[in-house]
Amino acid sequence: MSHAPDTAPLLSVEGLSKTYRSGRRLADRLTGRPETQVRAVNNVSFGIRPGEIMGLIGESGCGKSTLGRAILRLHEPTSGRVTFGGTDVTALSDDEMKAMRRRMQIIFQDPYASLNPRRTVAEIVGLPLSLHGLAKTPAEARDITAAIVEKVGLKTAHLDRYPHQFSGGQRQRIGIARALVSHPEFIVCDEPVSALDVSIQAQIIQLLTDLKREMGLTYLFISHDISVIGYLSDRVAVMYLGEVVELGPVETVLSNPRHPYTQSLMSAVPEVDRPGHKARVRLTGDLPSPLAPPPGCKFHTRCPLATEICRHKAPVSETVGAGHTAACHRLHENLSVPEAEPA
Amino acid sequence: MAAVDTDTPRDAATAQESIFRRNLHSFAANRLALGSAIVVLLFILMAVFAPLVAPHDPAETDLFRRLQPPAWMPGGEWSYLLGCDALGRDILSRIIYGARISIFIGAAVVLVATTIGIIAGLAAGYLRGWVDTVISRVVDILLGFPYLIFAIGLMAMMGPGLINIILALVYKEWVIPCRVVRGETLATRELEYVEAARALGAPGRHIMLREILPNILSPVIVVSTIRMAHVIILEASLSFLGLGVQPPTASWGAMVADGRAFILQAWWVSTFPGVAILLLVLAINVASQGLRDAFDPRFHE
Repeated sequence: MSHAPDTAPLLSVEGLSKTYRSGRRLADRLTGRPETQVRAVNNVSFGIRPGEIMGLIGESGCGKSTLGRAILRLHEPTSGRVTFGGTDVTALSDDEMKAMRRRMQIIFQDPYASLNPRRTVAEIVGLPLSLHGLAKTPAEARDITAAIVEKVGLKTAHLDRYPHQFSGGQRQRIGIARALVSHPEFIVCDEPVSALDVSIQAQIIQLLTDLKREMGLTYLFISHDISVIGYLSDRVAVMYLGEVVELGPVETVLSNPRHPYTQSLMSAVPEVDRPGHKARVRLTGDLPSPLAPPPGCKFHTRCPLATEICRHKAPVSETVGAGHTAACHRLHENLSVPEAEPA
Repeated sequence: MAAVDTDTPRDAATAQESIFRRNLHSFAANRLALGSAIVVLLFILMAVFAPLVAPHDPAETDLFRRLQPPAWMPGGEWSYLLGCDALGRDILSRIIYGARISIFIGAAVVLVATTIGIIAGLAAGYLRGWVDTVISRVVDILLGFPYLIFAIGLMAMMGPGLINIILALVYKEWVIPCRVVRGETLATRELEYVEAARALGAPGRHIMLREILPNILSPVIVVSTIRMAHVIILEASLSFLGLGVQPPTASWGAMVADGRAFILQAWWVSTFPGVAILLLVLAINVASQGLRDAFDPRFHE
């Protein structure tokens, strides 16, 4: 589970930002309306060590998926750097990036949308082989494809079927096979189990952990499910409105969260053994629109601890423990979940 | 390694049936559409085997049979079923040979226009940016011209002739499949399987032709079939105006025009080619409606 903190990271993200601009139409220019920007990911930095599973958690729309896609340059980052195995990925040319894609892969959330309905399993899973010239002959490609398909728990008889002939869990296995066939080192798992039934979720998570061990993979595991993250990850990063607010070893962050946002997330996890006993930190209001993010600390609109300084000044990440950082002005006063009336 | 999922796989028997075959069955279940498709097929066979089907040479004139009425009218002859035109040529034979022109031009124009439209639409919808701006503006400008007047102008510039008619119609016809393809591409490029192909390092050409195109082909085929009926009418209109294929080649539009002067004495000269246009266009339209219902999943309940 734990790795020496001084291991060189396999992947490091430094100050990564992704801003979407709305196209400025002629009418907007004439009326002098300013261009609207969405800072989907704002100045995010972290590292992932080889063989590690880094959890990335946050509510819908906080920029988790955008971060995952920006790392793979599926959405071109606006600024910042991504270094993978010593190579600055963000500086690579298109051709160099193509070669790099063999080593960095992604597993998608929706097993229905992520497979081309007009192509067979053999074509879908075998595509990376032909793109990167990994098989000399079609027969060899077929053998490699069959091997990986069996590895993810499907049968070779499934190779010539189309995606609509499979169930959601089986489709997700096809997506996993496609991501793994080129033997990548790093995989972004973008909520790979959120669209599946709970019983299937456990099977896919088991498959992902088995594959990680066998193939020596490193994962960035994106999820909004704390129990999945808690079960799988070595470390976890908590995102709120495009920023990482807390980051650290999973046991520490989940048992002793320091950021009030993480604290509220943790208090929302139902506990079986002590029902109704837990102090519940309720957040009021919705996630603010990323089109008009609040000034200062982005969490102050919903934070139970917010003070004057939070409204004006954005907090900086501070070290609060071994490999554990959090960005909050009130870290030193806020050592545990504040007592609130039982929910 | 985990075994096969516990959730039930789809029923293997129905799953084996491909999407295409399922659509084909749903099309065949539509009697009216099937009947229309058979009519279209008969027209095509008639055009292909015109020399075998036609009772006479379409260009052979017989001054003794000028404006001879159809067989069932007094003065008619059974070997000249639909009568003769002002030069004594057999109208039925000319309609049979005229089908060649109409169907060939309709098919050629739609084929070329759809090919251009697919390429331009894919490029505009997938590449976006300035490519999209240029293509979309050209499309907007071409849509601003009235179709027939545009074609007449081009024919006047290029002169009559088979290739020129096709060119004059393709000039604007590609705009229609282009807009369909662009719209479908814009929607499809956002799907995760396209993103997956990009994540695997697939080049744009692969994504456009192998990932997107097969998934947007159904609406394009449906639109192209409907457009074929329009193109046949446009060709007939150009021929009617004397801008189409030149005499003595038989063409339905020109035949209608030839009979115009005698419409009161010899109504059959204009009427029968007109009916031929009507039948073919109607059959294509009804068949393509059926095709749309069968192939467009939005029309399935």
